[in-house]
Amino acid sequence: MAARKSSTEMFVRTVIARAYPRVIGQHRELSWVFFDIFLPLMATCAYVFVYKAIRAPEEYIGFVIMGGAMTAFWLNVLWSMSSQLYWEKETGNLGLYVMAPNSLMAILLGMALGGMIATCMRALVIVVLGSWWFGVTYAIGDFIQLFATFMLTMTALYGLGMLFASLFLMFGREAWHMSNLLQEPVYLASGFYFPIRSFNFWIAASASIIPLTLGLDAMRQLLFASGAKFGFLSVRVEIAVLVVLCVVFIGAAKYSLDYMERLAIREGRITDTRK
Amino acid sequence: MTDSLAIKTESLGRIYKIRGGKKTKETPKELIALADVNLKVECGELFGLLGPNGAGKTTLIKILVTLLAPTSGLAQVGGHDVIKSPHLIRPLINMVSGGESSGYGLLTVRENLWLFAQFYGLDNKTSQERITELLGVVGMLDRANTKSSDLSTGLRQKMNIVRGFVTDPEILFLDEPTLGLDVGAAREVRRFVRRWVAERERPRSGKTVLLTTHYMVEADELCDRVAIIDKGRVLACDTPANLKRRLQREAIFHMQVSPMNNGALSGFGTLPGVRKFTHEAHDGSSTLELILEADDVLSSVVAKLTQHNARILNLQKREPTLEDVFVDLVGRGLSEEGGGE
Ligand SMILES: Nc1ncnc2c1ncn2[C@@H]1O[C@H](COP(=O)(O)OP(=O)(O)OP(=O)(O)O)[C@@H](O)[C@H]1O
Ligand SMILES: [Mg+2]
Repeated sequence: MAARKSSTEMFVRTVIARAYPRVIGQHRELSWVFFDIFLPLMATCAYVFVYKAIRAPEEYIGFVIMGGAMTAFWLNVLWSMSSQLYWEKETGNLGLYVMAPNSLMAILLGMALGGMIATCMRALVIVVLGSWWFGVTYAIGDFIQLFATFMLTMTALYGLGMLFASLFLMFGREAWHMSNLLQEPVYLASGFYFPIRSFNFWIAASASIIPLTLGLDAMRQLLFASGAKFGFLSVRVEIAVLVVLCVVFIGAAKYSLDYMERLAIREGRITDTRK
Repeated sequence: MTDSLAIKTESLGRIYKIRGGKKTKETPKELIALADVNLKVECGELFGLLGPNGAGKTTLIKILVTLLAPTSGLAQVGGHDVIKSPHLIRPLINMVSGGESSGYGLLTVRENLWLFAQFYGLDNKTSQERITELLGVVGMLDRANTKSSDLSTGLRQKMNIVRGFVTDPEILFLDEPTLGLDVGAAREVRRFVRRWVAERERPRSGKTVLLTTHYMVEADELCDRVAIIDKGRVLACDTPANLKRRLQREAIFHMQVSPMNNGALSGFGTLPGVRKFTHEAHDGSSTLELILEADDVLSSVVAKLTQHNARILNLQKREPTLEDVFVDLVGRGLSEEGGGE
């Protein structure tokens, strides 16, 4: 029998391989320019003009642009993570993924990593264009904290995406409707276009279960001179909560994925493509 | 592996629950896809599952590749139980199904194959070498850089076949691997499968292939042993030669007669001494296949033909084929309607 690969090496190779089509796809399929940059950019601009019209504080314009950039990640998690396993099932990939000597976790991590890299590009375009058009000025105090906040937000967000994906392993087309349902309310609740401090404390606290909420809030505090004034909690507390969210979501995703895989094998759902 | 068996099933069964319409509250119907399947496949064997549509072939393969749980009985692959230790089975196996559309359309053939090889931990150099070699075998080297969405059905299937072999599995499951391939390509693939098993056999590393098909030639030419399966049950399991030997004592005739209507034809099956009778209508003639208990039964068949004013255009006695064995066991031909479900 051939020497078996170490499971760590196999895990890493699987993650990279599954990330690959996400990253390379961006260069081969250019429709994303329209859907993932133009549309969020338009929505962002609309809010900027509303804020200008009602003479909102100048900071809000920068807030909105950051929010607009982060929506790209939320869209990516909803449409390319949560409901992804449904599509993988339709094409027959899911069976091959389950059959391969690896946990589905590696596949989902690959999807997340690829999605994150691809979406970073998009988010960057929105930030650069938006800041340039509306003359937003940044005052970055603590670069390390900013970077840590961003990475933690991403980890927790894609962890949530993996948790969704595992739940959707059991659903068919319903996954699609769920994603549709979640898209808009999250825009509101996680304060993409305004600081969540405008909510009452308990609403803001409940909204914090979505990693983007606190991530955005902390990043705004770290990015803008007067950011702290609009912050919900202190940056340190927000970072601590994000760490907890990372652990909870990824742990839950792993547990749920193992459970759902066994259930799906028992019920014959890995390969069936019922309507 | 604990013993020399690559695959073992004991009283294996699978029942599907058929969910009714959305609003019906009635208890879900049950469909028995597999019942009491007992199979033993040795390491190094090329084993065939032959059966009509809906026989349960794919269901059995899904259970063996750990994608579907049995509802009763036991299944072991490489000495490991499919329910208790799928993680020990998965590194040993791979599967190719006819007509699958796996992979990503925007990746090239080579990229798709590389992707699936990575899941098995193959390093880049080895995977690229094997991909090149195998693409050469299926005659697709010139298509290595084509996007897989641009492939024809047959070329796609060749890519799928390469995907199965790239990881050099101990046990390979092929579910109608030549589906959609033209005659020449199907022959190439069969030859390759045969060679792959034979080459690996020498140091007794014991590469095993389990293949399903409803092409008789495929089962006959390719497989060391064949299990004939219908309606979820294994009806016979032996080498093609032994299976055919069961019919050696019977006389098998192939007859072409002037056109006859179905009513007249149906009487032949009940003639004394006729074990199996199938017929097919063509333009200007009817073809009859007869399995008779002995040669002399033929005279009563001829008498009945004369009675219906049918002329004999052609008469041949022939050696039993796997198809005859199949007809004898299942009670109908593979190409006939009315099978399945
Ligand atoms: N997911 C499912 N839910 C309900 N019934 C199923 C399911 N999958 C298969 N069946 C039924 O189980 C039986 C066996 O199906 P299976 O796919 O194993 O047949 P098969 O021998 O592979 O046939 P074919 O030659 O057409 O591929 C069929 O009657 C089929 O309708
Ligand atoms: Mg089948």
